[in-house]
Amino acid sequence: MSIDLSQFIPSFLEESFEGLELMESSLLNLEQGDDETINSIFRAAHSIKGGAGTFGFNNVTEFTHLVETLLDEMRDGRREIVQNDIEILLDSVDCMKLLIEAIKNETECNDEKIDITTKLLEETLNTSQALSTPTSEGQSAETPAPSDALIEWSIEFVPDHHLVQTGNDPQFLFNALAALGEVNIEANASDLPALSEMDPEELYLQWHITLLANVTEDDIKEIFEWVEDECKLTITKKTATETAPIVSSSEVNKTNSDSQQPEQIPTPSEEPVAKSEVKSMKPESTNKPVKAKAEVGSIRVGVDKVDNLINLMGELVITQSMLSELGNDFDLSKVERLNAGLEQLLQNTKELQESVMRIRMLPISFAFNRFPRLIHDLSKKTGKQIELILKGEQTELDKTVMEQIGDPLVHLVRNAVDHGIEPVEKRIANGKSEQGTITLNAYHQGGSIVIEINDDGGGINRKAVFDKALEKGVIDGSSSLTDSQVFDLLFEPGFSTAKELSDISGRGVGMDVVKKNIQALGGRIQVESVEGKGSTFKVYLPLTLAILDGQLVRVGTEIYIIPLITIVESLQTQAESINRVSGDMVLYRLREDNVPVLPIYQLFGLESDATQVEDSLLVVVEDDGQKVGLMVDDLLAQQQVVIKSLNENYQQVEGVSGATILGDGSVAMILDIPGIINIAQKKARNHKNNNINSANTEEVTP
Amino acid sequence: MEIQSLAAEIPVEGEYSLEGIDFITSGEQFLTFILGAEQYAVNILCVEEIRSWEKPTKIPNAPIDVKGVINMRGVIVPIIDLRLKFGIGEPIYSDITVVVVLNVEKENSTKTMGFVVDAVSDVLNAEEKEIKSSPAFGGGVPQHYIDGLVNVGKNVVTILNVQALQTIEQHQ
Repeated sequence: MSIDLSQFIPSFLEESFEGLELMESSLLNLEQGDDETINSIFRAAHSIKGGAGTFGFNNVTEFTHLVETLLDEMRDGRREIVQNDIEILLDSVDCMKLLIEAIKNETECNDEKIDITTKLLEETLNTSQALSTPTSEGQSAETPAPSDALIEWSIEFVPDHHLVQTGNDPQFLFNALAALGEVNIEANASDLPALSEMDPEELYLQWHITLLANVTEDDIKEIFEWVEDECKLTITKKTATETAPIVSSSEVNKTNSDSQQPEQIPTPSEEPVAKSEVKSMKPESTNKPVKAKAEVGSIRVGVDKVDNLINLMGELVITQSMLSELGNDFDLSKVERLNAGLEQLLQNTKELQESVMRIRMLPISFAFNRFPRLIHDLSKKTGKQIELILKGEQTELDKTVMEQIGDPLVHLVRNAVDHGIEPVEKRIANGKSEQGTITLNAYHQGGSIVIEINDDGGGINRKAVFDKALEKGVIDGSSSLTDSQVFDLLFEPGFSTAKELSDISGRGVGMDVVKKNIQALGGRIQVESVEGKGSTFKVYLPLTLAILDGQLVRVGTEIYIIPLITIVESLQTQAESINRVSGDMVLYRLREDNVPVLPIYQLFGLESDATQVEDSLLVVVEDDGQKVGLMVDDLLAQQQVVIKSLNENYQQVEGVSGATILGDGSVAMILDIPGIINIAQKKARNHKNNNINSANTEEVTP
Repeated sequence: MEIQSLAAEIPVEGEYSLEGIDFITSGEQFLTFILGAEQYAVNILCVEEIRSWEKPTKIPNAPIDVKGVINMRGVIVPIIDLRLKFGIGEPIYSDITVVVVLNVEKENSTKTMGFVVDAVSDVLNAEEKEIKSSPAFGGGVPQHYIDGLVNVGKNVVTILNVQALQTIEQHQ
């Protein structure tokens, strides 16, 4: 009976990572301390140990056992919970993560951190040895047993009839027992019903086990822990003998003259394990290389979402059968019904699409979860006192976006700790509370998700940024910039105003990468800061990367898609509302606003029907509070489009956020409003520079 | 479908006749194609398909050789005119203009791109020792695009590096 365990390794890994995450967050909460938390940490550690044991990942098992022992002492109140121990446990969690990652990558993990932490754990455990029971023995290989005395245990194992249905297999338990010492297992089939009454999926056997080993009762109980609730278990200690006598079954019968008389009967066919003499053996997977490399990500989806999907699927099937019935025998009198059917099909498809998209959405707490630990570590490292507040953790975000936004967020939070929050003395001097606060907030706004990283620190020194930009030659002295323009300079490559480098941040690499990563996701970042009060970084991300409501427009022969969400209004231009100002700029008066007009044909280098604002249509779009009018030749349909990345086979293109495939199979570009504004600004700047250059040469020539 | 229709269009006799493809060879196989008056080849394992020319959707402000993107069974595939990229021959687009779609693995991902050529001509078997390095001077095709040269009868076929072909110049 051999099951290929390796197929379960991916789920073990996934569960372990989840368990580690839980341990980590609970450990951080443990600072306040309560029983339930420590129990949950213990359970997580225990499951990881159990899983690792099953698969024969001995290094994980051994390490986790130490952790578990320490936790056990805390749980039983035998050990005071002190900050130092929590630090060690946090380090241990890191080590377990390393070990499990090594399994995932099929590499050997020889990180010295593990050795150090193992030593620390052992030391910690030894300091309390006096008041604790010797739980750390037995499994940790180096620790010698206190005495060689073998104890004879008598175990009555009466499983509930449904035991095997819960996925437990007595064979595994017996194997585990055999690993402890010499076992003698006898089956008692007295409860076995007549064949006609037997349910082949039930377990009618009972076992009497004699174990001769140097173990404690707890060790045995631990093996049966998984089936604890599904069996009657009696463990009795019989004798402690120096030698190891083989206990014959007849002897057992005498000493144990209960109602159950063990009968040595042959194995019933449906139950392979009845009487078995299990030799100590190692799990075979230890020396077998694991081949489960193929990385397939998985998502946990709420049952409600799946149910909803199935309901919709049902409706779709009904509509389909209705339509096909209609088609079987169609005449013109049924056109109305056909139309109604198609309408319904449209509705179904739309709902189905929305539900499918929702499956990809995960609460942002997945990305936020790592921050309590980060803040904990950083505040220890910097000596700053920081409180972290998480808000809007249930805000849902596309899985892909979530995976890619993690690192930029970490960077921003590190910056907030390092540059934002001032040292304690300075905070007191400025009349602030000792403890700095960093708030992470996520919420929906229009079609975007906004993630705010706010700190109540010193804010951004506008002058320092400006001077630095001058020094780097990013701007010239004459430019007058608004606050937000100055803060945007932070995202220029190689820009750092930190006076000293720290190992947390300040190398000037990073902010530009942060911006680039966010832009790659179709998002943008915005900074607000008040000196002395703190700063807020706002990251705007699209709700989903896959589908978008778009307005199709035509410029010359090309068709473009403008995201509907950005459109303020579309209008036929009125000659009297057009103003030309400051050289070459065209403004369109839209009620109180003056909207700059951007001719797409010019920016994209295309032929177009109309080259004058007067003859064309204007689509007024808004980005980040800035309204611009896009000159187009024609407005076409509005429709939902599936966003296809240009990156996949090509590269990012400025002014275009992606492409889509239209109903006729042709490709259309989706316009990216911030990108278009950018192109226009660049062109204007070049234009200006050219003018200045030509002006200069004119001055020189005479 | 393309390959059959194209094979039918290629004259059976004459300069570019299609020889019987010998699959039991030890060397590598290359697809040769024509740019202007010159013959080029790419590793045949990289060829995804050969399509007829269809007008692509323009990419704004793209380099001159990037003609745009097309929809290839739901995948957006950029189309690059090799004649413009290398400055060989006339970039004319007619019914017999051909797009060779190449696949290449790069940084753990596969990129698919189409390249416009004047015509595909043959499948070439070449042993490694037959591939000679190209002279390091002259020619409009930058060195890093070239893997080597192979003599085929009186002609010389330039073997192109598919990986290098798929790097795109930055947008201006």
